[in-house]
Amino acid sequence: MSEVIATNQTILVVGGGISGQTAALEAAECGKQVILVEKTPSLGGRVSQLYKYFPKLCHPKCGLEINLRRIKANRNVRVMTLTEVTSISGDAGNYSVTLKTSPRYVNENCTSCGACGDAVEAEFDDEYNYGLGKRKGAYLPYNQAYPERYVLDPAIVGTEDAEKAKAACKYDAIDLDMGEEETTITVGAVIWATGWKPYDAGKIQPYGYDRFANVITSVEFERMLDPHGPTGGKILRPSDGKEAKDVAFIQCAGSRDKNHLKHCSRICCMASLKQTTYLREQFGDEGKGTVYYIDIRAIDRIDDFYQNIKNDPNMTFIKSKVASITEDKETGNPVLHGVDTEGYHRYSNPHDLVVLAIGMEPSVPAGDFPMEVVLNEEGFVELDEANGAFFAAGCSSDALDVNRAVQSATASALRAIQVVNKVAGAEG
Amino acid sequence: MSNYNQEMIEKYRGNFLKEVQDNVEEGDWVKMCMQCGVCSGSCPLGPHWEHPPQEIFMMIRAGKRDEVLQSSSMWMCTSCYNCIARCPRGLPITHIMHGLATYSKRLGLAPKNQPTAKFAQLFWDNLTRTGRVNELKLGLSLYFMNGFSEGIKTALKMKDIGLGMLKTKRMTPMEILGGHGCKDKKGFHAMLKKAQEIEEARIGKSGS
Ligand SMILES: Cc1cc2nc3c(=O)[nH]c(=O)nc-3n(C[C@H](O)[C@H](O)[C@H](O)COP(=O)(O)OP(=O)(O)OC[C@H]3O[C@@H](n4cnc5c(N)ncnc54)[C@H](O)[C@@H]3O)c2cc1C
Ligand code: SF4
Ligand code: SF4
Ligand code: SF4
Ligand code: SF4
Repeated sequence: MSEVIATNQTILVVGGGISGQTAALEAAECGKQVILVEKTPSLGGRVSQLYKYFPKLCHPKCGLEINLRRIKANRNVRVMTLTEVTSISGDAGNYSVTLKTSPRYVNENCTSCGACGDAVEAEFDDEYNYGLGKRKGAYLPYNQAYPERYVLDPAIVGTEDAEKAKAACKYDAIDLDMGEEETTITVGAVIWATGWKPYDAGKIQPYGYDRFANVITSVEFERMLDPHGPTGGKILRPSDGKEAKDVAFIQCAGSRDKNHLKHCSRICCMASLKQTTYLREQFGDEGKGTVYYIDIRAIDRIDDFYQNIKNDPNMTFIKSKVASITEDKETGNPVLHGVDTEGYHRYSNPHDLVVLAIGMEPSVPAGDFPMEVVLNEEGFVELDEANGAFFAAGCSSDALDVNRAVQSATASALRAIQVVNKVAGAEG
Repeated sequence: MSNYNQEMIEKYRGNFLKEVQDNVEEGDWVKMCMQCGVCSGSCPLGPHWEHPPQEIFMMIRAGKRDEVLQSSSMWMCTSCYNCIARCPRGLPITHIMHGLATYSKRLGLAPKNQPTAKFAQLFWDNLTRTGRVNELKLGLSLYFMNGFSEGIKTALKMKDIGLGMLKTKRMTPMEILGGHGCKDKKGFHAMLKKAQEIEEARIGKSGS
């Protein structure tokens, strides 16, 4: 790897999701030097795993593509994938940062022809599809991944598979001698854009996510709709591969609950409303959606969206937090039990598939930050003077939709720019 | 008792939520309920209640004083604590149920012949006599709670269990003669009296 050049006028952006990309671009397009580090092999974050975007129901890939084009075109941004920050010390305007880069085992020569993927045999749970499908030990993380370069799973290195991959590559792109690299750089400000992760659904014991095949999470549901995804874009039941035309959505799964996440995750009402439209799109009049909710928190202009879905006769809204789920052994149908708030009727409703509108929590747990950072009760980064020039962008600061995440990223970029401008002023 | 009821009606003038907050154990929590329904859905007794906990909380807020206080619902609670474990807001639902039951009894509004209420009274009377529960007498009074012939039937049905308990010395037939008590019966009764006074003073305070 070529030398990484950074000074205390450089801005370090951690996390290559939509927020990190935005912050990096805002700063770079103002002429600042930016290093963008991403833990996984490619940029994109969780937005790249969505099928459609609310509120306009456009495809998220298109926004990401524009960003990538801007990143590729901008000489001020340097992207480092497979890289994490292990420590940060110093003060605003002068931080010393240690980065750890894991080996990709594939160099710049890669044309992503795919021959190595065909040659290897070992398969692994596909993290991009939340484990819904498998990927090979030599793989492109996802269709349209950037950098568009294959990766070898470290688990195959040292096995016969690695040799097979190397033998299959006609471009001399596989380098099995690559090792972990550590780099220490100086930067003036840090933008922390490490995003969110779905709450562990298995912890919501009465919903049986880990016991019933046909109880899945909202993030997995998004993956099902992707034409390149694990089901080829079809809404199918994991238990028997049948089309799931009658789908229940359970709101606040893991959120607003003192036993789980106390906060409202804010986007999951909109996400479920959006996902009900997938049913009509795929099954027409045969698609039926039922949303079980405490109250629908559709944010601002999005209320129209809610009203439209409410007017669809195929969509039912039941005001009730589901108490428990059991499985009908014969049909494999999950059966939802509870009492509704509009009349206090007790119900036991079978559906083909249940989607848990899973809560969002910070992807980096409180104890894992590379320096001392002020966090709120839920573990999101606070805007606090004690954090110096360490600014959160996007979902590392709160559960946000993309619109708000991007606004927050722009704000952080401006804060970071002010810090490095001051450094530049002092140094004349 | 009914004077007390009248007094409370006049004092709170339709603000039943406030009345509950002031007079019912853990009643302060009622306003924290977000009506999600998890307690009602998780209560194993739920299907047999007239009004599950969630509905009771809504009825309190809606000022349905008579319906709540005369209801048999909160007497159905078995203290299994399922609801407390599950409530996303952490309401001490079990305690509120017992608090409501106690308050309704204090007001003289508890449903007559509600079996749990009747048993609670039998248990209390049995315990306070000597400071120790006399299981034999308690068992018998429970059997005969619904009349003599009903009692004989139940007693016969339970005969094997009773004999088993005698055999393993879990119960002694001598108990029928009065049975064992605590060491300082006098002190025990004085303590109960004092507790009653404190309780009455507390009620009097919130009731005045
Ligand atoms: C089911 C569902 C549907 C949704 N649908 C929509 C929608 O339709 N419209 C909408 O506006 N929003 C939607 N959202 C919200 C949207 O996903 C978020 O707003 C968005 O992902 C925020 O982007 P981000 O960059 O802040 O975080 P992320 O997308 O989480 O990106 C964070 C990046 O940081 C990287 N990273 C993490 N830790 C480290 C580390 N230690 N070091 C380096 N890099 C790291 C990650 O690999 C990732 O690339 C949805 C959310 C859910 C749960
Ligand atoms: S590493 Fe080689 S074989 Fe594999 S995709 Fe890249 S160029 Fe093709
Ligand atoms: S956004 Fe909706 S589903 Fe998500 S936590 Fe808030 S209320 Fe619940
Ligand atoms: S579970 Fe708690 S918040 Fe939900 S209805 Fe019952 S008492 Fe109210
Ligand atoms: S403690 Fe009482 S109210 Fe709560 S679930 Fe058990 S029986 Fe129902």
